[in-house]
Amino acid sequence: MRFDLPDAPPHAEALRRELRDFLADAGQDWTPEIRARSWMGFDRGFSRAVGARGWIGMTWPAAYGGGEKSGLERIVVLEEMLAAGAPVGAHWIGDRQSGPLILRLGTEEQRTRILPGIARGELAFCIGLSEPEAGSDLANLRTKCERTPNGWKLNGRKIWTTFAHKSDYMIALVRTSPAPEGGSRHAGLSQFLVDLRLSGISIRPIRDLAGEDSFNEVTFDDVMLRPDDLLGEEGAGWAQATSELAFERSGPDRYLSSYPALAAGIDALNAAPSPGAEVTIGRMVARLNTLRGMSLSVGGMLERGEAPAVEAALVKDAGNVFEQALPEQIRNLVDPADSPEGLRRMLASLAQLAPTFSLRGGTREILRGIIARDMGLR
Amino acid sequence: MSELRSILVEQVERLVADAGGVAVLRMVEAGEWPATLWAGLEQQGLNLALVPEESGGVGLSWGDAAAIWLVLGRHGAPAPIAETMLAAALLSAAGIEVPEGPLGLAQGAVPFGRHAARLVVPKGACVALHAPGECVPAENIGREPRDAVTAEDRIARGQLPNLFGPRAGLLGLALIRAALIAGALERILALAVDWANTRKQFGRAIGKFQAVQQQLAAMAGEVAAVHVAVHQAARAVDARGLAEASFEIGCAKIVAGEAATMGAATVHQVFAAIGITEDHELHHFTRRLWSWREEGGTERFWAAEIGRAALTRGGASLWPDMTARDAQGVE
Ligand SMILES: Cc1cc2nc3c(=O)[nH]c(=O)nc-3n(C[C@H](O)[C@H](O)[C@H](O)COP(=O)(O)OP(=O)(O)OC[C@H]3O[C@@H](n4cnc5c(N)ncnc54)[C@H](O)[C@@H]3O)c2cc1C
Repeated sequence: MRFDLPDAPPHAEALRRELRDFLADAGQDWTPEIRARSWMGFDRGFSRAVGARGWIGMTWPAAYGGGEKSGLERIVVLEEMLAAGAPVGAHWIGDRQSGPLILRLGTEEQRTRILPGIARGELAFCIGLSEPEAGSDLANLRTKCERTPNGWKLNGRKIWTTFAHKSDYMIALVRTSPAPEGGSRHAGLSQFLVDLRLSGISIRPIRDLAGEDSFNEVTFDDVMLRPDDLLGEEGAGWAQATSELAFERSGPDRYLSSYPALAAGIDALNAAPSPGAEVTIGRMVARLNTLRGMSLSVGGMLERGEAPAVEAALVKDAGNVFEQALPEQIRNLVDPADSPEGLRRMLASLAQLAPTFSLRGGTREILRGIIARDMGLR
Repeated sequence: MSELRSILVEQVERLVADAGGVAVLRMVEAGEWPATLWAGLEQQGLNLALVPEESGGVGLSWGDAAAIWLVLGRHGAPAPIAETMLAAALLSAAGIEVPEGPLGLAQGAVPFGRHAARLVVPKGACVALHAPGECVPAENIGREPRDAVTAEDRIARGQLPNLFGPRAGLLGLALIRAALIAGALERILALAVDWANTRKQFGRAIGKFQAVQQQLAAMAGEVAAVHVAVHQAARAVDARGLAEASFEIGCAKIVAGEAATMGAATVHQVFAAIGITEDHELHHFTRRLWSWREEGGTERFWAAEIGRAALTRGGASLWPDMTARDAQGVE
């Protein structure tokens, strides 16, 4: 395992100032609940405004609506969005994984059809991996896509699909041929770009414990797909879907999900001091700074074209521990009954969200299993 | 890693390994001076590593020095070379010629004070060079010499430049201890992984049990965190000097202390009874880890300082203050 700190990209401070001005303006009416939801907040109007500033698809070629900036400049944007608790959910998945996947593996038609829309903040994506029988054991998925004379026919069911009910497209991982007898279950899987308006698709929101419709069950009943809805290569779906994991797991969204509560907690402590609070805050700040260094290191490696899959798993695990503990630590310093209403509402929201941090994107146990294997255990 | 750095790191690695590995730690704990090792380190000019070239030193960066300290940590830091490097850096920065021999850094109890050729006493923005006087020997729980040495005749005294600031001794020592902790943790993690693949119970290697895997994976996260924090701190010193790197150094010492606690507990759990025995090498590292947490400021000390600053600046400043400290790339 290796972590190498990159330098900040040129003009980073100017870019941060631009973002802070933009966010101060856009965020005037964000409630504590919105800020607590972080990248689970969905606001198409906001995403369009972000897209108009050129802050989505920043690294992509201009021909597809991108900004041809470096990955590290993109991280500056992500960091500022998350630190402000901006509702980035409508463009987050498209910018983080669907867009890059299409850029790398898509046909020219797919790229020109889809990418500019993501970059404008107009097309929202969801991730179709999990199924009722395929959670951590993703290769156990059952959703099937069969060839027809005119394309493909999709049948099956995805579950826990975040924002499917609000999205335009899903990138689904499905089985296109049976796993070879006695062979790897990773064979025979393919990825499809599924337009969620197609007939035969039904999307049922599943209410989460916070009472929100954030994820869904998506059922495919003889959904007819065109030949060019296949993304990448038939049968290469597993490798394609897992190739983006280092991007998905190492970004600032893996340690900043509850950051706004730290800033709000500090202000509450200034209004009503709590003995010994500075030690707890200091430890949290030290962890935050270190996690940021770890995440940026992986960002730098990705920018150099390396494949830091294990380092990314480690950042996500360590980051999740931090973002999960953060609201509890603040709660231990500021009695909820005495805290300002904004902080109280933020902590209440985070209490209900925090359990998901170490589930979504790969559970803690699965991540630690990946790390253990890399260390030569297992 | 620069070429110079990797050559140095390799040399130190070879030197410390050849000088006896755990045997030299046992020797030190028995109160003996690791003379062969020290001679080798001095021969390489390591004591002058942080002294600028124009003052007759090697002119290493703090990043290079930290890389060397990591190596020393992996071997349990059996000689006071890191402290001597720092003491020499302070002396030369204050315009004082660096004497030969191990330097006793009087920043708290003096590491290997009984063996010090000279005593280096940082006090505020001044640093003084003294002959060592009376020595009351003591040790930390790593059984490393941590002596009380009186400062006899003052040989020289000088003012530290602003880049070093009024707490250079403390900040330098904190960075050293954090780096040594990073190295020692790396070592015991490797030992534990090796043991987990060797020791069999219930018909298989204990490393095949998920409970063991998960603990070691979590520890790997802590070890990586300390490495990154030390790297951040050394880089901040190179960019802005010790005085202006207190935030990063404090962060590194906090994370190092927490990781030392967690890592030592984890490896002892994995090794179980054998790891508690005197004959096993593990305790030479875990006892040092527990000691190094306490030296150069505890987690609590640095956290109070960083936390107070964060509270004073207010919630809205926390994030901008942190990002403003980024090393700027060149265009
Ligand atoms: C808020 C939220 C949003 C999500 N959004 C999406 C989405 O948009 N798209 C999508 O495809 N999925 C999504 N998911 C699903 C997520 O990827 C899965 O929850 C996750 O992969 C775990 O699967 P599972 O819930 O079936 O749990 P299981 O796999 O059944 O695991 C249950 C428990 O057993 C443990 N476990 C399982 N296998 C092992 C093993 N081999 N070793 C040790 N422990 C093990 C797990 O760590 C966990 O603690 C989302 C989940 C959440 C909570």
